[in-house]
Amino acid sequence: MKFTVSEMRSLLAGDKQADRVVPPSGFTAQLTLFAAAAMAFLAVFALALSLASGRLAARWGDELARTSTIRIVAPVGERAIQTDAALRVLETTAGVETARALTDAEQQALLSPWFGSGIDLRSLPVPRLIEVVENPSGFDAEGLRLRLAAEVPAAFLDDHTRWRAPLVQAANRLRLLGWVAIILIGAAVGAMVTLAANAALAANAQVVAVLRLVGATDRYIAEAFIRRFTIRAFIGAAVGMIFGMLAVLLLPSASDDAGFLTGLGFQGVGWLAPLLIPVVAGGVALIATRIASRKALEALS
Amino acid sequence: MIELENVAYSYGGGELLSDISIKLAPGSFYFLTGPSGAGKTTLLKLCYGALLPTAGQVRIMGNDVRNLDRDGVAMMRRNVGVVHQDVKFLDHLPVADNIALPLTVSGRQNEAGGADLGELLAWVGLNHRSAGLPPELSGGERQRAALARAVIMSPDVVLADEPTGNVDWEMSQRLLKLLIELNKMGKTVLIATHDLSLIRAAKSEVQARVLRISNRRLQLAGADL
Repeated sequence: MKFTVSEMRSLLAGDKQADRVVPPSGFTAQLTLFAAAAMAFLAVFALALSLASGRLAARWGDELARTSTIRIVAPVGERAIQTDAALRVLETTAGVETARALTDAEQQALLSPWFGSGIDLRSLPVPRLIEVVENPSGFDAEGLRLRLAAEVPAAFLDDHTRWRAPLVQAANRLRLLGWVAIILIGAAVGAMVTLAANAALAANAQVVAVLRLVGATDRYIAEAFIRRFTIRAFIGAAVGMIFGMLAVLLLPSASDDAGFLTGLGFQGVGWLAPLLIPVVAGGVALIATRIASRKALEALS
Repeated sequence: MIELENVAYSYGGGELLSDISIKLAPGSFYFLTGPSGAGKTTLLKLCYGALLPTAGQVRIMGNDVRNLDRDGVAMMRRNVGVVHQDVKFLDHLPVADNIALPLTVSGRQNEAGGADLGELLAWVGLNHRSAGLPPELSGGERQRAALARAVIMSPDVVLADEPTGNVDWEMSQRLLKLLIELNKMGKTVLIATHDLSLIRAAKSEVQARVLRISNRRLQLAGADL
């Protein structure tokens, strides 16, 4: 029972007369609608998780990759001299776009989550930090380390590789998990529709017998069921998608200060991605019902 | 039309029919008789492809049924009207829609205008029942609706399996009359029945051949009526 493009078109276009030959089955119809809606709701969140993880991985991967930090760990009296020396080295280092020493206020702000806002940096052995921004071509981190070791022994370069790599990996894993969840949700929709279609076909064995007696082909009979379940899955998934998007919309908005969870959601054209969920659900239902009906009609022959 | 050549049919290890050969001639009228369990229904099912012979050849409209897949059999059935004793309908559809079902499944629903369906309903005396549902019909009305459904595609052959089995004498005469009318329109009619009074009643109306299944074989039961 293969479908050509024109047959697919006629399948989707529908046939009111043909649709009426299958009796309305309230319970399975409601179950299919509910299950498709619930799955679509979950799929929206899985998609949001996946897209947000992707953004996070990109941000950590790209933006942080372009910044480095130099720590000047020296006694208070030598700190300014060492800082100036390091800045001079950076001025002559190829691939460095900008380099500047953080002010006391900026360093205080960085430490305030742990020590509170009223700390006096002068009373603590806090190293001076220099923020280094690479140009697109980037600098040779190992070469810079050797130069600093020779010319500014108190300076230590941290290019963030050590802590950035596992974070990027974690974000990528999270994105992968999101996609796995979406695939599992799709498979669950397929399984659910298969069960419902099998139940509907078994319950309508007499209808099938009558249709065969009057000359209905298997394709005609199957299409009547396929259309019904495809439309149910599409409508259910559309409703679930709308509720899912509303729920995502109601999540706290992302801000620069906020953590990962507040960034869970869609951005820009990403808001269009959930629109694919009902289409995919309909497609999964179409394939699942087609396979189920082919087997059931063979069994009923 | 429909031709059986040295056909045998076995089921559960036992042979139900053996060496059956018959060719239904266009425009002829047949009765198929024999005791209950003789194989009348089985023979009818072989005639419209619902069963495949275990030996021999069944050709329907020139096609060997062995060479037809399920869809091929379905297409072929559009040319053979069948009426069962235990007639089944789609109970959720009105009587008129049930009668038009063969047109619907063959994509020809637009070809039969309301007038044609109305004429058919009037012919079987079910005009007043067209909007009703099948469970609301009496036994005789169900048989007449089944007959209307069997002939709406204007098939060349009408096969009826004990069509009067569940109705009273008066209704069986009415059904017989309809089948005879069909024959006079040029249709080949084959009625399987164990009711000899029905065969006698047809005597004055139509020239019919009576076939009898006896000991798994088909015999011509005496002279033409």
